[in-house]
Amino acid sequence: MISAFFIFNQKGEVLISRLYRTDLKRSIADVFRIQVVSNSDVRSPIITLGSTSFFHVRINNLYIVAVTKCNANAALVFEFCYRFISIAKSYFGKVDEEAVKNNFVLIYELVDEICDFGYPQNSEADTLKSYITTESVMSTNIAPEESSRITVQATGATSWRRGDVKYKKNEAFVDVVENVNLSMSAKGTTLRADVDGHIQMRAYLSGTPECKFGLNDKLVIDKNERGTADAVELDDCRFHQCVRLNEFDSTRTISFIPPDGEFELMRYRATSNVKLPLKVIPSVTEIGTTQVQYVVTIKTNFSNKLSATNVILKIPTPLNTTSVDCKVASGKAKYVPAENVVIWKIPRIQGGQEVTFSAHAALTSTTTRQVWARPPIDVDFQVLMFTASGLIVRFLKVFEKSNYQSIKWVRYLTKASGSYQIRF
Amino acid sequence: MSGQGAQDAKFFQRGKIQEFRAELQAAESKDKKFTKRKTVLKKIVANITMGNDMSPLFGDVIQCLGIPSLEIKKMVYLFLVCYGRSKADQIRAVMPNFLQDCEDRNPLIRALAIRTMSYIPAPIVVEELEDPLRHALKDRDPYVRKTAAICVAKLYNADPRKCERNGFVELLRDLLLDTNATVVANAVAALTEIGDRQDGVIFKLNLTVANKLLAAVGESSEWGQIYILDSLLRYVPEKHEDAELMAERVIVQLQHANSAVVLTTIKVLLYLMNYMENRRLMDYICKKMGPPLVTLLSSGPEVQYVALRNILLIIQRRPQVLKNDVKVFFCKYNDPIYVKLAKLEIMYRLAREENAREVLAELQEYASEVDVDFVRKAVRSIGRLAIKVQPAADDCIKALLELIETKVTYVVQEAVIVIKDVFRRYPGRYEGIIPTLCANLDALDEPESKAAMIWIVGQFADRIENADELMDDLTYTFLEEPTEVQLALLSASVKLFIYKSHSDTTKALVHKVLKWATEEVDNPDLRDRGFMYWRLLALSPAAASEVVLAEKPAITTDADRMDRGALDQLLLHTGTLGSIYHKNPETFIRGATGKALTDSPALNPLSRQVLVPVARTQLLPPASIRVPGPVDPRVVNPPSPVLPPRQNGASLPADAGAALVPSASQASTASTSPATQDLLGGEDDGEGEAETEDHDHEDLARAQAVAPASDPYAALDNAFGGHIADAPQHNGDANDDLLF
Repeated sequence: MISAFFIFNQKGEVLISRLYRTDLKRSIADVFRIQVVSNSDVRSPIITLGSTSFFHVRINNLYIVAVTKCNANAALVFEFCYRFISIAKSYFGKVDEEAVKNNFVLIYELVDEICDFGYPQNSEADTLKSYITTESVMSTNIAPEESSRITVQATGATSWRRGDVKYKKNEAFVDVVENVNLSMSAKGTTLRADVDGHIQMRAYLSGTPECKFGLNDKLVIDKNERGTADAVELDDCRFHQCVRLNEFDSTRTISFIPPDGEFELMRYRATSNVKLPLKVIPSVTEIGTTQVQYVVTIKTNFSNKLSATNVILKIPTPLNTTSVDCKVASGKAKYVPAENVVIWKIPRIQGGQEVTFSAHAALTSTTTRQVWARPPIDVDFQVLMFTASGLIVRFLKVFEKSNYQSIKWVRYLTKASGSYQIRF
Repeated sequence: MSGQGAQDAKFFQRGKIQEFRAELQAAESKDKKFTKRKTVLKKIVANITMGNDMSPLFGDVIQCLGIPSLEIKKMVYLFLVCYGRSKADQIRAVMPNFLQDCEDRNPLIRALAIRTMSYIPAPIVVEELEDPLRHALKDRDPYVRKTAAICVAKLYNADPRKCERNGFVELLRDLLLDTNATVVANAVAALTEIGDRQDGVIFKLNLTVANKLLAAVGESSEWGQIYILDSLLRYVPEKHEDAELMAERVIVQLQHANSAVVLTTIKVLLYLMNYMENRRLMDYICKKMGPPLVTLLSSGPEVQYVALRNILLIIQRRPQVLKNDVKVFFCKYNDPIYVKLAKLEIMYRLAREENAREVLAELQEYASEVDVDFVRKAVRSIGRLAIKVQPAADDCIKALLELIETKVTYVVQEAVIVIKDVFRRYPGRYEGIIPTLCANLDALDEPESKAAMIWIVGQFADRIENADELMDDLTYTFLEEPTEVQLALLSASVKLFIYKSHSDTTKALVHKVLKWATEEVDNPDLRDRGFMYWRLLALSPAAASEVVLAEKPAITTDADRMDRGALDQLLLHTGTLGSIYHKNPETFIRGATGKALTDSPALNPLSRQVLVPVARTQLLPPASIRVPGPVDPRVVNPPSPVLPPRQNGASLPADAGAALVPSASQASTASTSPATQDLLGGEDDGEGEAETEDHDHEDLARAQAVAPASDPYAALDNAFGGHIADAPQHNGDANDDLLF
């Protein structure tokens, strides 16, 4: 299992160093610095030298690193790194060099708690916060009864929730967020269009609420079986630790006792009948070797009551571009030489609308005959109250022994960032 | 939820031992709420982090243990974990504090004490830990028990024999039946660690215990689920139904959000399928495994990478898992390079006649990207696609010719390398493109592509008008070329001579090359081959012609599928480093234990036949401790090498060595012909390889015909040439010791 856990900054300085096993020395950190931090061409998140393997995940210029000397479960090691990041986010709000340095003592406490001898242990932020806090605690001050309650929870069947949660107003917010992946060929055929969705929940519910959740979904195990027309076909779904998988398997009901506060209830994937919110029609012509002519049109493909916001197109230009003359009716377009793209930002496009971009790029003549690789146009956007898969929350029921009324809010968001690509 | 309040970054400053000592002493007076000492300790911890040796402060720091502040206690403990081992003489002074904490009323403190003590493998600490640990393993608080379980693994690591003598392994085993799922999971993790040691005890599960563990999965944390699921591979089903029932219970975990739970579940399912008979169930399981595997591709890029490398193995063993899903493996432009390279291999493997067109279009797209490795691999994949899918060959060749037109040197070189293989796969179909290749001769500067081109010139010397001129040019630098090219030049010039023996130039050329090869070159291979050709030509040019120009067997893509037995074995490591590098862990990690399918009456015949036993580098005979035998309270276990016969899955130890070799009777049934015919009839072990692709059957046939080769993995990586990032770097044992 994990022999050591490190956090490095961009310069390769060690910000956190915790050795779980005696099969390593701290000087192993130097090896990572040389092999990864100061290496400009790192081509794998795992590097194995001899029997020692370094796993790293990058976040905000930090390297979260786990080192092993055995045939470690790689998925587990990376999930642990991800989990550390999410715990740190939940504790400090952000995960960067400043936050790590400012809280290093607390981080040592955390990494001692969430991983023992290299074996990840309970890592539910909510539970951890009940006994690892930023305020200093006197050891004599914790009543043994109180600690027993904590330990039972930390090792219990619902390790993600404290029993004594109380709210005046019982509310639950459900956000259905869909990321659309699109890859469109130059000929305009869809190579790939699918949805990575997740349902984010913020539960502010008292006591130990028992929730039942319903969607208009239909999990497709076999593509040949067809269901009712209005059901959305999900290719797969994965659930938070709190969802009873046995129950889902036998009756398809999603039932659970939620953690307090924000968590990701489920993730799903849909590939059939994906409604693409934006249609992008590029026309890019190379005129001789010194000019490129662009006409890019976006059409929205949803009801005119909705709108796409924060639309950002990155339209690639050849490497030897000197200047780009852009004409846009809405939004702003700007040539960014450092990235070899024109960035076209449109704050809002109403449903049913169409906007066009036209530009003219001037190129220097070059001697190299290297053909322009034509990277795809990348489109980022957000559409509120729209799901590309057509998924709808049918119900969310909350049962609690005190029988309180609870208010539920549902929001839908479809977005793309870095995954909506149109080749030309 | 504050944290904004903490402003500790200022402590990251190099400090001197003397200063810290003085500060600690000064802080002893007037230190309300201990803030002064807290500050100094923080500075010390920051310095430890930065790699400064703070061990001289040992005596000063442990003075702070008496302070009733949990934060200070934890910092001192951290200090002790860092330096405790090297200060074995002074650590004695801390023992009373530790022992007092072990008795604390607060379970968190009790757990913290034993956890910290067990991190310090100094003999004195280990000795003092024994009693508290024994109590902790039976503590009424589950948090203490789950911590104690891991402590046993630590203790075993420090002193295995002592740990056994003290009966901790048995106590640990009893925790397998604890009422708390977290305790069970940690006990499993600890036993697994002990069982994986080469000098450890044998940890095997019988059906009863395996089922009990499985019952704990639902209440475990996600990590606990992984430990428990992982341990199920230590259970060997004796009956098909046992394996089938267990798979049905495990399968729900595929829906878990944690990718490691998903991959471990898949590992268990793949393992159990080796012991199953019910084909419908196996088809169902395969169908259920596909979507979760694809979903892993929406995790972070690191997990995607792990998933992709595993998918590559899984689809070779169970092709029906992702048969129709090639599109999801198309690369996104901004995928990290390691994800792209891994996807490319999967795309190639999933390519079939039905999707060849789409795959080719994608590969062409990639061939114009920027990353050299990726482009090369894409170009090579186009060629391999031509070889694999016959109906797509024409389009692939067209694509390769277009790529050669770009004149980008590395693209041209890759194209030449694969085209050579295409020629061998489809003799007489594409030789028309040779002139185009010859026109690009100058672009070739890498040995592999140069050798490939020389092979083409030699092989088709009769169709290339100016072959002798080309060869003359090519041999110009003969003595400076790498061996690979020299060998190719030697063979090609002999071929040229045989084709055009009447020509004086070729005669002179072959003479020159043979002379160089035999007189000027040091490489024995080259020299020997030179002598061989020379004598052959001298004795009988006709015979030489028959030998040198003999018809070569057409190339197939079989060779880049991994051997079935090797796959079975590698899949036991699903999700681990071994599955990423496609190597058995014992081959690249020191001290790692190999795994092999264990024979049982339920094991399907083909798996048995291709079973690769583990090469156990056993140093000591394993101590045989009865694990687990929880139903028997009167357990006394003299380490006994005498094993009772296995019956009805009762709690009996099985010798690891014995299980690996099929018994004589089983081995003989497996090799008789009825079994073989069944396999060839497509009725293999029922994993529904109703694949219509021919080579699937060929592969099965091969699998049972060929005994496991010495290196069954040799084939895989060759399929994509030398540039593969996914390999552990061997840098000699000396270096490894440096890392230690």
